[in-house]
Parts: sequence; structure tokens; C-alpha cells
Amino acid sequence: MNRRDTIKSLLLGSVATGLAIHGCAPKSTEIEIPTKASTGFYGRTPEEIEYDEEVHAEEFLNGHELSTIAVLCDIILPANDTHGSATDAGVQDFIEFIVKDLPDHQTPLRGGLMWLDNYTNKTYGKEFVACTNEEQLAVCDKIAYPTKEDEASEYKQGEKFFTRMRNLTLTGYYTSKIGIEALGYKGNTPNVWDGVPQDVLDKHGMSYDPVWLSKCVDQSTRGDIAKWDEEGNLIS
Amino acid sequence: MQIQKSPDVYDAIIVGSGAGGGMATKILSEAGLNVAVVEAGPFFDPASEEQRTQLKWPWESPRRGASTTRAFGDFDAAYGGWEIEGEPYTRKIGTRFDWFRSRMLGGRTNHWGRISLRFSPKDFKHKSVDGLGEDWPISYDDVKPYYDKVDKLIGVFGSKEGLEDEPDGFFLPAPKPRLHELYFIKGAKKANVPVIPSRLSILTKPINDERGVCFYCSQCSRGCSVHADFSAGTCLIFPAQKAGGKITLFTEAMVREVLTDNTTGKATGVVYINKKDRKEYQLNAKVVVLAASACSSARILLNSKSKSHPDGLGNSSGVVGKYLHDSTGSSRMCFVPELMDRKIYNEDGVGGLHVYSPWWGDHSKLNFPRGYHLEVWGGMGMPSYGFGFNANFMNEFIGGKVGGYGNKLRDEVRKFYGSFIGISGRGECIAREDNYCEIDPDVVDEWGIPVLRFNYTWSDHEVQQSKHMHETFENIFDGLGGQTLGKAPGKDQEYGLLAPGRIIHEVGTTRMGDNPKTSVCNSHQQLHDAENVFIVDGGPFVSQADKNPTWTILALSWRTCDYIVEQLKQQQI
Repeated sequence: MNRRDTIKSLLLGSVATGLAIHGCAPKSTEIEIPTKASTGFYGRTPEEIEYDEEVHAEEFLNGHELSTIAVLCDIILPANDTHGSATDAGVQDFIEFIVKDLPDHQTPLRGGLMWLDNYTNKTYGKEFVACTNEEQLAVCDKIAYPTKEDEASEYKQGEKFFTRMRNLTLTGYYTSKIGIEALGYKGNTPNVWDGVPQDVLDKHGMSYDPVWLSKCVDQSTRGDIAKWDEEGNLIS
Repeated sequence: MQIQKSPDVYDAIIVGSGAGGGMATKILSEAGLNVAVVEAGPFFDPASEEQRTQLKWPWESPRRGASTTRAFGDFDAAYGGWEIEGEPYTRKIGTRFDWFRSRMLGGRTNHWGRISLRFSPKDFKHKSVDGLGEDWPISYDDVKPYYDKVDKLIGVFGSKEGLEDEPDGFFLPAPKPRLHELYFIKGAKKANVPVIPSRLSILTKPINDERGVCFYCSQCSRGCSVHADFSAGTCLIFPAQKAGGKITLFTEAMVREVLTDNTTGKATGVVYINKKDRKEYQLNAKVVVLAASACSSARILLNSKSKSHPDGLGNSSGVVGKYLHDSTGSSRMCFVPELMDRKIYNEDGVGGLHVYSPWWGDHSKLNFPRGYHLEVWGGMGMPSYGFGFNANFMNEFIGGKVGGYGNKLRDEVRKFYGSFIGISGRGECIAREDNYCEIDPDVVDEWGIPVLRFNYTWSDHEVQQSKHMHETFENIFDGLGGQTLGKAPGKDQEYGLLAPGRIIHEVGTTRMGDNPKTSVCNSHQQLHDAENVFIVDGGPFVSQADKNPTWTILALSWRTCDYIVEQLKQQQI
């Protein structure tokens, strides 16, 4: 196989994998299917496949906790004109998995959810998910802006919980297909790097030193097999 | 059940398949030797569809690349890590060493940074310069021809600079700096720190018809499916197999000890445990080449006790395991307001830094004796687990409000994306007799093999060096218009110096020398105590330099293998 074919097959490979995971991925009710299909398809060792399956099979967060998380995810990152929301990107499923995979999240997250219900029960006489949107946002406003470590606040524990939720939501979102598109990340694809675009250099007041550039690869000859003279000077 | 014995006698058994073992496999098999390669982990080829992680997207991992099962995240090529289930090690109280192992064909060459630096003439004779540590029994001139050959065989990009302490080689052309690297160059200039193109074993042009050319995905740490970067499997072992070499590969085979003849004291073979059936097997050979990594090879030697080698093979000096030393390391990060709201384009580049700073300091004016080099990182990388954590805490610097929710977060994630630059220092630690690994008398691993116990502390040399690193980081960040994050770590944190073993450059446990009383092997990496046993990993290093060790391991392994072939021809071993 020559290089061009290899790159082509790589591209096809990653597209095919994407389809395998997302093309037939139904909404959250059948989330087990796509995640299982992905297991073993991202370079896992047999031990890691087994471990992934164990984590998938485990249950930690219950239905009420997951519904609360879904509401919070979409408050943190709703859809906009061009891109879907956190739950559109499957963030709730990511959180469901990651708290089992990284158990340090478990008590703070579960306890934080109880803190939230406790607060709304006292304030509104109902659990967070049953609150109106206005009530939910009013709660979030109290805990979404963390005070400094040495600053006093009666909502400190709630703030810690919300920060964790925001972190997990953003990480889950921007590592999803929707999120990568929303960010505009352009890499992870075969290409030829030939320096910073001129308009970017200009904007940042930067330029390439000609002496430095003379040491850099001339991409028009990147396919020519390297040859050197006896002093180590490249002659091809 | 007894040990399973095979009647075959190999010309050479090579224990380990990383840089040193891979090179030995190639050179010895090409010389016509019938070799057995014994690797403790599974087969690995980054081109295989089952094992490939290159060009995968974060969502293909349910944990989005978090480091639950692999120390550097789900997509990193290294199987193993600082902790391996069933394969513990211990530490002497009050000391610390973290031991990274990769159990796979190609070993740790599958995920390293590909930084490929030659040691300089001074690096081989540093005791003669400052009276510290020990001189090597060989000089740069002994190794230079092999560095040249390694450059041409494997390929390394870089630039001819004519610097005394950074010897030039046969370089492929370097990639152009990325934007954050231009900022780094600007900051370093103001801080009077030199910057040159980095030297990485990544093909910016082909060196033969076999291996592909870099397609700039920045993912060398995942292993390259077109074999455009160096790993021992793809660049040494596979080509040697393809060339028809007589190579028998044993994978998931954990060597316990080298067997020796009680009369001659020479090695006769090895015993390994097959991890699949948990049984012991014996292989016989005329020559044993240890390349299991500095500490693993020391462990095998210390566990190879016999009538003729009562303190362990090659250990009549008592030096096996001693003089263990890893590179020093510390890092810092800054936020660059000018990089906010950047234009987004594909700037993945090669895996790792396009530019670096070789050591520049004058030790007569400094309170520490050995130097360090700088590695720079930053840019608009692919998101993975951890991306977006504290999405807008930089608002603290620019007067905005921290926290919040809703679509404004999208703007803030976008605003700060790619606006950070980090620098890591990697420096030289002087080898000391009292930094060592030894056999723990109480503990075995799941294969029944006595494990290593480490005893390692930093000295003031390294601690002061780390303090200087942070001063340098801050000067460069100031110079490039960045705002250094966090306070400089204080004395109570050893000025940010990472624990020994974290840089994964450990060497020195079977050091070479002319005097059999103070060294384990001679200048050909041949045991003083058993002439048919050689060590071709980092163990024989006398000192480490402020350079990454891989290129020197490769060059010395080649040199030793030429010697083995010569000695076999002359029937000297």
C-alpha cells in the first residue's frame, strides 16, 4: 500500500467509525448500543475492553439524578442558532459514564444534587426538576458565580457543585461531535503544515526570520527521498 | 510442572523490544544471527486497525480520553504506566521514585516525545569539567559514527547550528514554528535564552520507500499508522523481519532471570513466564542481550543468583541498581491576552514542539552544576477530557466575571481557546551511589518475581536547578506578553521539581566503566562478570546530560551489536 492509499484508508476508517457510532445512534433510551459498538474500536487492549464493559454495565446515578443532570446541562449550555444543546450532544450520558469511571466525582456530584433539591424544597416546596424555568434559573444564579476561596458565602457548597457540573458539561460538550464543530477545531486530519497564515502573522505582528525559514522544510519537495552530503547538508 | 525447555539454541536472546532491544534485533538479525526477542507485553503495530488510536475523535472514547486506564489518556499508545496491576514495586521510607513501564512491542518508544538529541563531547566527560559524577569510559568520537548512522536509518529533523554542546547530525528539514512558538521565540529573546528548531525523529521527508511521511496530525504519542515517526517496532523490528531476518518473537513473556553455567559463569539462556498460561519456559542462547529498560534489566540481573554469581549476575561490584538517575522536570503555564479570540485554523503540526531551547547557562555564575533544556507547548489542540474546566477563570485577569452559564459560555470557551503557552524544563541530575533500586526481600509480583525497591532523593543540585527553571519561565512569559499562572512553587515544594521517575528518562543502574570494582559493564556494554551478557538499554549510562536518552541508547546499542558480531566471528564469546 502506498502512502496516499494509506491516508485514504485512514480517512475512510475514521468516517466509517464515526458512522458506526453516530449514524445509528438512537436517542438516550438506547445509549448502551452505540457505546458498546464503540468499545474495542479505539485501540483498546482486551483488558481495557473488559474494563469498559464493566463500567458500562455498572449503575450509579438513578433516574431522578440523571433527569436533574439533564436539566442542568441544558441550562449550562442551551442550543443556539447554529449548534445543539448539551443534551443534544449526549452530555448527560457522558456524565453518567464518567462518574463511574472516575469515582472521585461520585459523592460531590450526588451530594450536590441532593443539596440542590434540599434548597428548592425549602425555597419552593418542590424538587429542582419540578421547579419552573424561572425558579431553576434563580437557583443557578445563586451558585453559578463562585466566590473566592477566602470570601464568605452561604452558597459555597452549591457553588462547588455547580462548578463541577459546568466543568463536566463543557468537557462533555466540546469533546462531542457537535461541540467540536461548535468550537471550530480544524485539525485531526491529514494535511501539510506550512506555517502560520500570513493574515494571522500580520495580526499578531509576527514574521518568520528568513534564516530560520531556510532551515525549514520546503513542502514542494516533501515527497523526495532525503539525501545528504558527507557534512550532513541536505541535498534533495 | 517443570520448566518447559526447548532444545533450540539461539545465537542471541534479546530481552525487551524498545529502543535498545529493537536496534539489537535489527543489527544482530541482519548479521545473520538467529535471535529470540522476548517482550513482556503484547504485539503492537500502530497501523493495525484494532490497535490504532491515531485520528480517532474524542467521542470515540466513552471517557473522552481521560487517563483512567492509561497514564497519558485513552488515546496514548503506551500500555502500562507508573502503576501496573499485578506488578508492584516498593520504596524505602522517606524516598520516592515513580517507575513507568510500557508492556508492549516497541516499549516506551511508542509514545515518547521523539526528542532525539545527541550527547556532546562534554556530556561524556563532565567530571573532568566540574569534578562531579563520573566520566564515561568512551568519548563522543566513539559514538559519533553511530549517531550518524542512527540519523540516516531512522530520520530526525533539526538544523545545523554549530553549537558545541548540541552536536549536529544528518537532519531532515524542520517544520515551521507555530504561532505560540513564535511568541516563545520572542519571549526567549528578551530573556536572553537561545531558541533553535527542535530535533525530533519524525519524517518531514521520506528516507526510504518503506515508511510514510508526516501528515501533521500532531499525534505521535498515539503511534503513527504510516510509520512516519520512530518507534522500535515500526522502524527496527518490522523492517528486520521483512528483510528475512531469523527472528522469533515471544510476546507476553516476562523474563525472570538469566541462567548461567556454574563452571564458566557464562550465560546459557533465560527463564520467562508466559503471561497467557502462567507457566515457566526456558530459552537457550550463546549470547544474552538485556534491553528491558534500566531498572528492569537491573532487576533481572539481581534476580539471577547462582553459585557462580551469588550476589546476582554482573554484581560482583555491588553496583547493579546503583547510580539510578532520571531527568529533572518542572513546568509552568501562562495566559497570553494577545492570543484571545484567535483565528482558528489547523495548526496541529508534528507531535510535539517545533522549537526548543538548548541549555545556555554559565555554571560559574550559578548555584547549581548542570543544565536543562526548554520544551514549549500550546496552541489550538483537539479537546479531550478536561477541556473547558474552569472555562472562564481567565476572566479574573481581564476583569470579567468568573462563572455563569448559558450561551455566553460558548463565547468564553472560544475566546480563551489557544491562548495559553506552557514551558517545561528538563535537566540533568548527577548520578549518586545512594540513589538506587534493589530487590525487595518481602514482595513478589503476580508472576512470582521479586520486585524492585527504590531509594531516591533529589539533592540541592537539582532543587536549585528547578528554582532557576521557574525564574526562566517567568522571564520568558514576561517577554512574550503573557501572564504567568500561579505562584512560583516554594522551597517546601522543592521549587516545583517533579518526583524522580516522572520524566521517564531513568538510566545508570548498570553503569559502564573500565574498573570492574566500580562498574557493571565495560565500554562495550558487556558485563565484566559474564562475557556473553550485554546491556543495551539506558542502564549502562554513566551520566545523563540535559538531553533525552533515546538517541544515545540507539547509538550505543548499535555499537555494542557490531562488537557482538565481531566477537562471535572471532569466537571470543
